Amino acid sequence: MNPSSYVVLSALLFSIGAIGVLVRRNAIVVFMSVELMLNAANLAFVSFARMNGNLDGQVVAFFVMVVAAAEVVVGLAIIVTIFRTRRSASIDEPNLLKY
Amino acid sequence: MSPLLASVGAETETAFTMPSINYYAIAPILILFGAAVVSVLVEAFVPQRGRRPVQLVIVVGSIVAALAVTIDLRGTRLVTGEGAIAVDGPTLLMWGALLVIGLLGALLMAERSIDPLGDAFAPRASALPGSEDEQEFTRRGFLQTEVWPFLLFALTGMLVFVASNDLLVMFVALEVMSLPLYLLAGMARRRRLLSQEAALKYFLLGAFSSAFFLYGAAMLYGFSGSVSLVAISDTLSAKTGEGSLVAIGIALLMVGLLFKVAAVPFHQWTPDVYQGAPTPVTGFMAATVKIAAFGALLRVLYVSLGGLRWDWEPMLWIIAALTMLVGSVVAITQTDIKRMLAYSSIAQAGFILVGVVAASPQGLASALFYLVAYAFTTIGTFAVITMVRDASGEATHLSKWAGLGKKSPVVAAVFSLFMLSLAGIPLTSGFVGKFGVFAAAIDSGNTWLVIVGVVASVIAAFFYVRVIVLMYFSDPTPDTASVVIPSAFTTIALTASAVMTIALGVFPQWLLDIITQAGVFIR
Repeated sequence: MNPSSYVVLSALLFSIGAIGVLVRRNAIVVFMSVELMLNAANLAFVSFARMNGNLDGQVVAFFVMVVAAAEVVVGLAIIVTIFRTRRSASIDEPNLLKY
Repeated sequence: MSPLLASVGAETETAFTMPSINYYAIAPILILFGAAVVSVLVEAFVPQRGRRPVQLVIVVGSIVAALAVTIDLRGTRLVTGEGAIAVDGPTLLMWGALLVIGLLGALLMAERSIDPLGDAFAPRASALPGSEDEQEFTRRGFLQTEVWPFLLFALTGMLVFVASNDLLVMFVALEVMSLPLYLLAGMARRRRLLSQEAALKYFLLGAFSSAFFLYGAAMLYGFSGSVSLVAISDTLSAKTGEGSLVAIGIALLMVGLLFKVAAVPFHQWTPDVYQGAPTPVTGFMAATVKIAAFGALLRVLYVSLGGLRWDWEPMLWIIAALTMLVGSVVAITQTDIKRMLAYSSIAQAGFILVGVVAASPQGLASALFYLVAYAFTTIGTFAVITMVRDASGEATHLSKWAGLGKKSPVVAAVFSLFMLSLAGIPLTSGFVGKFGVFAAAIDSGNTWLVIVGVVASVIAAFFYVRVIVLMYFSDPTPDTASVVIPSAFTTIALTASAVMTIALGVFPQWLLDIITQAGVFIR
């Protein structure tokens, strides 16, 4: 199968993730959408590695997985703190900082 | 067998060759990273009471050691780690600036005698705001000493960020720099709901923008077959076609970097985070992230995308003009001083971008000078804000600053100095910085951008001078905040930044000489 199809798929996943960040209201779901964007980038890296015939892209994908895991740790810590304070994970409710 | 698998098979037969790394050239990074790891171990093994002094020794010691090595490395110009890290003049200059500002930021974070309850951080960030647990922790004098490893990790990430010579290292450094800052933003002792909200917004938007950065890197990798900045540049000049990959890649990469420098339209997080984060963290972050992000942006534009100048320049012209105007105009309407300074920092990012888009060695030098000058002024500004307080904590509402000049003339005078520097009045560092970026822009033919910049400076001068007028030309009201006398930590940081603000304004030549010797980015 042509590897460029996977690049198209990754672009679709990235767009779905970006739209998810913009329209969803639950902090956890927003965060999942960000992770989807990172994984879309991974898929693009791996597909391009195949197309370019070198391993750089696959190595990048491994690094990104580690970074994404670290981001989950920090992100969930922040979201859980907000949830315990406000009893809600909605990103519309924390609205003290504006204008 | 496909060509890829064949090449993998061939590689496994050859012996493993060690990458060549010049360990001394990256010693500042290694020192800070090692200290950060030790600092985490201290959290695990040293008893609660003893942690603060031990952490302070580790933080100050490692930053001073890294600074000494950085100074010793002056004149170094090499690429190490198989092309991943570039240690050249601009890198070393930014390392020096980051380490000095990091030290001043650490001093502000160490301050404990301003707030009667303790330092600027929540006794336990996990305790619910307003709960009995929290009061108990406060009463027992607990300190969240994890802020010190966070500071060191953030600083390490920044050092790597400005030195990274390929997009993978740059992405990892971006995250190492940002993740501790997201957490630090949420740890304020007072106004914890604001602080937690700031952390949430910073985190979600920051993660969103770094995903854009990564996807842009993937596109450039797809085009050139390498993530190395130099290889991308070589491919760009050798290969034509596949223009859409390059265009998308550059645009997405720029979104990630411009988010970190807080350029319009990627600035929305800035006011919220600056206002909600604990003030010492705001000062540290405002100064250092600006240096680090502009360092990486400059390197990507100059080393990797220099050949495509004509394609990205128009985009950055518009962003620079918008950033200056939106930052200056919106700052006028602010009533909270931290929020006003956040919009001011957006406007300042626009002025630095004017130097960046000049795309000449002179533009690079002027942007570097501006960054150093801005960083010292900014950290001093936030140091003053930590000291101006009323019963509920820091008095950040502008109305509470009325008449401060009569109540506390010295602090008001120092703050006025910083405001004048940010406004770009002669004999302060801000003037030399602004003059430099505008001169570089005129030399490269961007006169209209300079006109926009001067108009924005005039608008910006209004809200800076308004604070001075408020402090000196109105009478103190019962609401007027009072200035708390700080311990040596804040005094040193404040004095150092005030001295640098005047020194760089009156005698800028020594720093200009250092920047000239630093030269341009290594390729």
